[in-house]
Amino acid sequence: MLGRTLREVSVALKQGQITPTELCRKCLSLIQKTKFLNAYITVSEEVALKQAEESEKRYKQGQSLGILDGIPVAVKDNFSTSGIQTTCASNMLKGYIPPFNATVVQKLLDQGALLMGKTNLDEFAMGSGSTDGAFGPVKNPWSYSKQYQEQRRPQSNRKREGTDWLIAGGSSGGSAAAVSAFTCFAALGSDTGGSTRNPAAHCGLVGFKPSYGLVSRHGLIPLVNSMDVPGILTRCVDDTAIVLGVLAGHDPKDSTTVQDPVKPFTVPSLSDVSKLCIGIPKEYLVPELSSEVRSLWSKAADLFESAGAKVIEVSLPHTSYSIVCYHVLCTAEVASNMARFDGLEYGHRCDVNMSTEAMYAATRREGFNDVVRGRILSGNFFLLKENYENYFIKAQKVRRLIANDFVNVFNSGVDILLTPTTLSEAVPFLEFIKEDNRTRSAQDDIFTQAVNMAGLPAVSMPAALSTQGLPIGLQFIGHAFCDQKLLTVAKWFEKQVQFPVLQLQGLMDDCSSVFENETLPSVSVKQ
Amino acid sequence: MSARALWLAFRSGLGGRQAFSTKGSGRITVEVIEHLERLALVDFGSREAVARLEKAIAFADRLREVDTDGVEPMESVLEDRCLYLRSDNVAEGNCAEELLQNSRQVVEEYFVAPPGNISLPKLGEQESFQHS
Repeated sequence: MLGRTLREVSVALKQGQITPTELCRKCLSLIQKTKFLNAYITVSEEVALKQAEESEKRYKQGQSLGILDGIPVAVKDNFSTSGIQTTCASNMLKGYIPPFNATVVQKLLDQGALLMGKTNLDEFAMGSGSTDGAFGPVKNPWSYSKQYQEQRRPQSNRKREGTDWLIAGGSSGGSAAAVSAFTCFAALGSDTGGSTRNPAAHCGLVGFKPSYGLVSRHGLIPLVNSMDVPGILTRCVDDTAIVLGVLAGHDPKDSTTVQDPVKPFTVPSLSDVSKLCIGIPKEYLVPELSSEVRSLWSKAADLFESAGAKVIEVSLPHTSYSIVCYHVLCTAEVASNMARFDGLEYGHRCDVNMSTEAMYAATRREGFNDVVRGRILSGNFFLLKENYENYFIKAQKVRRLIANDFVNVFNSGVDILLTPTTLSEAVPFLEFIKEDNRTRSAQDDIFTQAVNMAGLPAVSMPAALSTQGLPIGLQFIGHAFCDQKLLTVAKWFEKQVQFPVLQLQGLMDDCSSVFENETLPSVSVKQ
Repeated sequence: MSARALWLAFRSGLGGRQAFSTKGSGRITVEVIEHLERLALVDFGSREAVARLEKAIAFADRLREVDTDGVEPMESVLEDRCLYLRSDNVAEGNCAEELLQNSRQVVEEYFVAPPGNISLPKLGEQESFQHS
């Protein structure tokens, strides 16, 4: 049951094959068993069971709220949840309990979804590995998969048992691990530079970044106001569309949401791609790209071409500057957004009482980790009077050039761009931490962050397993506010690819009751 | 000696306006460090942090290579739309109690703050200041 799609489970709930409470308990049990993944910071067991009880009443009365009624979901811990601790994986907000729900959380709850818990992330969503949070790193469930255990390269100097696990990607690694390990059916992430798509690629999930302005950011603790969007992580495109249908739309509490009317939709099944034009940006072919990802990218392009689509090479000339531009704009906005954490009204407060400034400084030293402090200081540097024009304004100008690159390509008849999501498959944690956070982010965000600067919708689709048995994802980028079309193409791709299901070793034997002794269902898309 | 004390000693030993001799642009003088720490109310904490900032600046310097003549800065991707403005009516509020609950130090309906208008002491004095 836990391996099924959202739609299938919803039908099962409606037909009474399983009750919301049973479903909830199964998920809670699996969360316990997969605790070692460190995907969750807070498991809201009581809340979830109470919600399940209410959902059950509704089903009994034949008054379910919709497809999401009774469905376990998880939320990244930088979304405010009323009455439930929201920490952003930082000491600064440990123990902080918001008095309100983020709009996207409220929308999910209004549809009857069960909130399993808050997932782990990089501190304040800064990072690309989910390794730098105050609650420890997140482990990629694929580290323990049958596929990886059987196909991995043998270690020459065999490390101590249990230390060679892989990163889940970041910064929404916890959400990705939670969905990937079947503990919930969908999870919310946030995407500022690729933070939803990166872990989706590493965990074999559909990681969707909506167009900027489509989904409300109210309640999402902001990192970069002009680029943040809530992201959606699921195991198939249909599920993404269901969640997006619930979340999208204007929110009076977030004036950066557009006022265009939005309706929930079902993703149509495309049978004919001959009218489609796929663009392959040549500047994305960088030397650091692993040969496996490169060949998979090429195979995907061939797949579209042999199905009749037009596949052409395009140019996004300012690509090599986008990571630099992102770096400047991101740190500048971070410097501003982190200024609110001073210990007075919420969050951590230290004991220094000499003066407000001394108290703020000490509180912030204790509350933030090196990564956050580094970005704040960099941001303040770029915003100094003498640097403002040369760095901040310059970066804003370069941002326009980058956004225009995409506009030009899309205006020339390209429908969708196809690019890699990450440079390679998930790497071992011990290897990942050899470089510092900023360097890693600069390397790993290379394919994903230009999309945030232009505000376009994008989705990372699991494409295939590497020779080591690990997921590799490919990214599709669409026109602004053409999210539905993007998902349509993604669904077609999903059907062609038939990405294998994660087979968790050991867990399979323990959880035979969870998986009901059935052969694992494949995530094939129903017509 | 604590790590922080070592760090402070290192910095004051640098002397006046001497720049850091690293392979960076050499623009991170002690003055700049102090200025940034005062503005950000966050401290560098270590030599590595300063080195990281230098690297970050060197990285950002690559922007100079781009020709942006005649290009307007872009603040938001939604620049050609009007932001939604709601009517100026009180729609919610009266939640003082809820909001006060999250603070560590409150007195009645006030957040308690230490005295203001006292600037952070200069570098050399900081160590004793923090521990007094």
